[in-house]
Parts: sequence; structure tokens; C-alpha cells
Amino acid sequence: MSKNIQQMVRVDRREALKAAGASVLALGFASTAQATPEAAAEALSKATGGAATTMSDKVKFVGLPEIAENGATVPVGISVDSPMSADNYVKHIHVFAEGNPSPETITFNLTPTGKAEVNTRIRLGKTQNVVAAAVMSDGSVLTAKREVKVTIGGCGG
Amino acid sequence: MLTRRDFMQVTAATAALMGSGANIARAAAGQTITQDDLLNFDSVGNVTLLNFTDIHAQLVPLYFREPSVNLGVGEVHGLPPHLTGEAFLKHFGLTPGTPEAYAFSSVDYANLATQYGRIGGLAHLATLIKAIRAERDGNTLLVDCGDTWQGSYTSLATQGEDMVNAMNALGVDVMVPHWEFTYGADRVQELIEKLNFPFLAGNVIDNEWQEKVFDTTAMFERGGVKIAVVGQAFPYTPVANPRYMIPDWSFGIRPEMVQENIDKARSEGAELVVLASHNGFDVDRKLASIVSGVDVILTGHTHDAIPGVIEVNDTLLVATGSHGKFLGRLDLDVQGGKVKNYNYKLIPVFSDVIQPDPEIQAVVDGIRAPHANVINEKLGTASSLLYRRGNFNGTFDDLICNAIIEERDTQISMSPGFRWGATVIPGQDITVDDVYTQTSITYPNVYRSEMTGETIKLILEDVADNLFNPDPFYQQGGDMVRVGGMGYRIDINKTIGNRISDMTLLSSGETIEPAKTYVVGGWASVNEGTVGPPIYDLLANHIRKKKVVDIEPNTSIKVVGA
Repeated sequence: MSKNIQQMVRVDRREALKAAGASVLALGFASTAQATPEAAAEALSKATGGAATTMSDKVKFVGLPEIAENGATVPVGISVDSPMSADNYVKHIHVFAEGNPSPETITFNLTPTGKAEVNTRIRLGKTQNVVAAAVMSDGSVLTAKREVKVTIGGCGG
Repeated sequence: MLTRRDFMQVTAATAALMGSGANIARAAAGQTITQDDLLNFDSVGNVTLLNFTDIHAQLVPLYFREPSVNLGVGEVHGLPPHLTGEAFLKHFGLTPGTPEAYAFSSVDYANLATQYGRIGGLAHLATLIKAIRAERDGNTLLVDCGDTWQGSYTSLATQGEDMVNAMNALGVDVMVPHWEFTYGADRVQELIEKLNFPFLAGNVIDNEWQEKVFDTTAMFERGGVKIAVVGQAFPYTPVANPRYMIPDWSFGIRPEMVQENIDKARSEGAELVVLASHNGFDVDRKLASIVSGVDVILTGHTHDAIPGVIEVNDTLLVATGSHGKFLGRLDLDVQGGKVKNYNYKLIPVFSDVIQPDPEIQAVVDGIRAPHANVINEKLGTASSLLYRRGNFNGTFDDLICNAIIEERDTQISMSPGFRWGATVIPGQDITVDDVYTQTSITYPNVYRSEMTGETIKLILEDVADNLFNPDPFYQQGGDMVRVGGMGYRIDINKTIGNRISDMTLLSSGETIEPAKTYVVGGWASVNEGTVGPPIYDLLANHIRKKKVVDIEPNTSIKVVGA
């Protein structure tokens, strides 16, 4: 399905650990400090040096559920429609979780080869939006957003 | 007793709805309806799809009342299946009091039930299936959209095997799953080995390698047409049911995988692509607008009985109800990889006028006979109508909620918003069989615990969002969790966290405070290690003590925005 991400990307380990270490009960009972959409937007702005962003259907979530089966480990794939040629490729894919204690989740750094498709798993402390931002080689930033519900469950008919 | 005149009114209405094959009403008042009337159909084309879904292990005829409340929010507000009662009858041109009004709606249910009798029964369903197969020899494909192995005493006692044997005998061609998974991963694999036909679940992958776990597609040839059936399991099985029973499998709607399977089937020469789905009707309606190349979606899960085809772009959606109450017949004229014409009828299985098929009756009797002493025990009598379906409450759930409060000494009780479970009409005995049609699950323990008012609200809000999220892809397809001992107000058009208000403890009339603690009992917890007596034993004991069950209409839930 996708390439082995360890070969094609460098995970920002410090950021990933920060997100993983901030454990929030799946039901959201714990009153841990949580990020806001504004904090996530600020983090996005910081990561992209303040570049203008555009929502784009060129950025697609793959395998990201609408309702998480397990908030502690939510699969998230991002695919970006790009030729990945030397003069037109995706340089970075940032993932933000708007409602986590720290909105920065992971950054993938890509080189102009193969397909722009990455996969990982993230922890989501509660129902929130996941934002993906693709930084293109021309400096433009394309984004996608999807709400992922983290529910109590147990009532399907 | 069904009259021929009544039935003809209905078929005329149905035919008008389809816009093809209009039946001319033959006035013959006073004659009883016959099996032939039910089978009456103007066949079309080269393929006949027969479909039932959500039979919930019901082998013998029963009563099943359709919901009187089934609200839709957002784009689907006021569209089928979110029409009930008089509005439903009006929309589909059905006359109150007719057999079809009885079959499809809740209007005057208890009265009409005494007139038109029980519905369903596998041997009765089999008679219809065999007659249509004989008429359309070599053209017929029988699709079961799942929730087949769970819902009765015998299915629980045999861990689903009774239904596997019954469906093999019936000659089902292909099935998809949901509640099947509640027997656990190992048992599911064991039972698949015993099936004579494919078990499809194209949207299930393993957590470790993200590889497909089950077959995704089955190919058939009927009437010279190459047919691909792509299968879709209930996408939220590990959320709505215990994940610990299937820890290695991941589900989800996965539209991109559905599209991939459709494209693959087309590239392998499929002229007709059918999605057999346990997504739920609204999810499938949205899915049909996203994917391309699927001719028919046979829907399931949400138990909607829609007497016509719903078209979305080039896709025909069919919804055949639940509990063996209906058989869907969709005739298709497939030419050059396209559906050129079709005719559809959702046939109510009126048990009293159908001669049961001897072969399947013998299978059913063979399954039930060893358990006869247990399941036929009379526990009490219903003096009011006991039913489950409805968005907020049902009288059978009110009975269950009362039983939990009394038997476990709690202030508040909760019962899951399942949509399966038979109806008991006034004057009818309540047997152990009836108790199990309401409670037969593999995680039955009734917990007793303390919860804060805040937690109770959180639960209600969470479930309400599963039901009333305006985006169908976020809906799980059950009804609202039922509550006993408390009342509340719900505004269905608000967002999560803002729908529920005015939570009141009924015993004292006091407001339920967020910080205060309450004793709550409930069943069907998806958490592993839940402790307490099984719900079926608790409920049976309760009815034995009561002897006569009379449930007053529930007025403690105020619904706003319907």
C-alpha cells in the first residue's frame, strides 16, 4: 500500500514523543490541558514559516477513520497528488491534532521520488479535528482537515 | 385475516411507486390473500436478486412492530427511511388498515397484529425463495446482508452454528457480517469453514500488517450475466461491540477500498456489480454518491423496510427490513454492463398464508427441539404491547430498565439502543424464547456502578451523536441508549455536548447534578470483565415475579427539533 516510512521520511522524534507521552483517558474524563484549533493553527504557521495555506482536495486522508476504534492508536495516512519530480514535489507533510495537549504530532520530510504517501499512527485524546499540511516545493501549503470521533461506543444496533 | 381486496390495494400502490409492472386491482372483497398473491410479480430481464437482512437468528414466525419514531437530521430529514406512521403511509400511498400498512408501519399495530398475524419464519421465507427460484431458474442470486447468527436462544446456545446450518440449507449464495463477530475472532473463522458460501468483508484489515482478512468479492454467473458481489461488514463493529473479541481486526467505511474492489471486479469482467452492505441505510446513501460503478446496494444494519428502490445517481438502493419479515425481489435487465430496466417488490412474509417449506421446517424443528423445554417456558403474560424499535424508547426496553432498577437496586438503568428484538402483543404469553430475542448476546452481564451526573450526560451525548450527527459517516446505526429512572430533554439538531438537558431523577423529581453520584445499572457493556448477572436471567426472573406485564407509555423524554 505505502512505502516503508522509515526509509523515506525522517520523523521528528521529539515532537512524536511529546504527543505520545501526553496520555489522556480515551473518554476525555481527565482534565488535562488541551490544545485548541487556534493553537493548532499557530503550530501550523510556525512549521511553515507563516506561509498562506489553502484547503485542497489534492491532500487526502487514507485509512483515517471517522470514528476511532482505539483513540490510543489511530491510523492516519496522507496522500498528496504530486508528480514528485525534481521541480514539483512535496517537501514536508505535517500532521496536527487540534484537541491534543500538544497539537504537533508528526512531520514527514520527503524527497522528490516515488509517491507522496505516508502512514503512521497517532494518539487522539478526545474527539477532534486532524489537520494535514503539505508543504510543496514551490512554497505553497495545501491542507486537509477531518474530524475523528473518539467515542464511548457500545450502542450500535 | 387478509383480504384480497386489501392486498390488491397495496400491490397497486407499490406498482405505482415503481413506475413499472402496474397490477390491475381485481376486486374480490372477502377472499383471503394467498401465497400466490405474495409472489405475484412482473418479472423483468435476466437477473433476479433475492435479499433479506438482519434476520437476527429468528427461525420461527413472530411479531415485529416497525418504529413510530425514526428521525433524520440534516440532508436526510423527512426522506425515507426517516418517515414513520401516517407520514410513511402517505408517502408510499398506502391505506391505513391494509396488510401492507400493517407490515410497513406502526400505525394501529396491536389491533392489526391480531388481524394479520405473525410474520417471518425461515420455512415460510424458504417457500417464497424456492418458488421464485423455480420461476427464475438459473437467474436467481440470494444475498444475506448479515446479522444472521445472533439474536435467539438457540443461536447463543450453539454459538451461531444453528444459523450456519439453516442458511446452508436455505441455499444462501453470499453473506456479509456484523453481529457474527460477537462470537469472537476464532469462532468466526471456525464458522466460516462450515459455510457453503462466501463470507465477505472487504473493509476489514488486520491491525498489524493492514492486510485484508476476509474475501472482498464473490463472482457469480446468473442468466448469462457475470455478477460481482462486493461485501461490506458493519464499519463500526469494534466501536459498537466489544473490541476485545476481535482485537486484531480493524474496520471502517473505507470508501477507497470499496472503489478499488468495484474497479477490480469490473476489470475482471463483471457486468453487474452489487454491494452487499452492512453499513446502514444513510451511510450507503452517502457512499453511493461517492463511489462509482456500483449498480445495486443491498443495504442492511438499520433495519429499514422501504417498499421501493431509492435511486442515487446510477445506483439502486434496496432496504429489506429485518427479522425475516420481508423478502426483497429485484429483477434486473442487464445488457452490456448496464442495468436497462428493473422491477422491485418488498414482499411481506405473512406467515399465516404461506405454506412452510417442509425441508427447512425440518431443519428449524431440528434446531429448536433439543431446547424446547427451556425456550417454551411461560414466564408471564403481556397486558400491553411490548416492542423495542424507536429512536428513544420502546416498551420492551422500559420493561428491561424497570427490571434492572428493581433486581439490582439502582436509581437509574441503561439499556442499549439495539434495533433487534421481537414484539409481544397484548394478551400474548411471554416465554424464555421472547426474553432471548431481546437479550441474546455474548456480553450479557448487568453491571451496577456509581456514575456522576456529568458521566451520565457524557454517555447520552455520545450516543445521541452516533444517531444524530448530520454526517452519516459518523453514525453507528443504533438507536438512543434507553434509560430507566430518569428523564431528559434532547434537541436533536444541536451539536455533541449540547443536545441533552433537563436530566431529572424520576424517583424524586430532583435535577441530576453533574458533580453528584448516582447508582446506575446496565447491560451490554463493551468493556472486558464486566461483572453481574446475565441480562436474560435477570429479565426472566423479573417477569416470573411480575406474572403480568403492563408498561405505561414513557413520557419522560422530551424531544425537540424533530
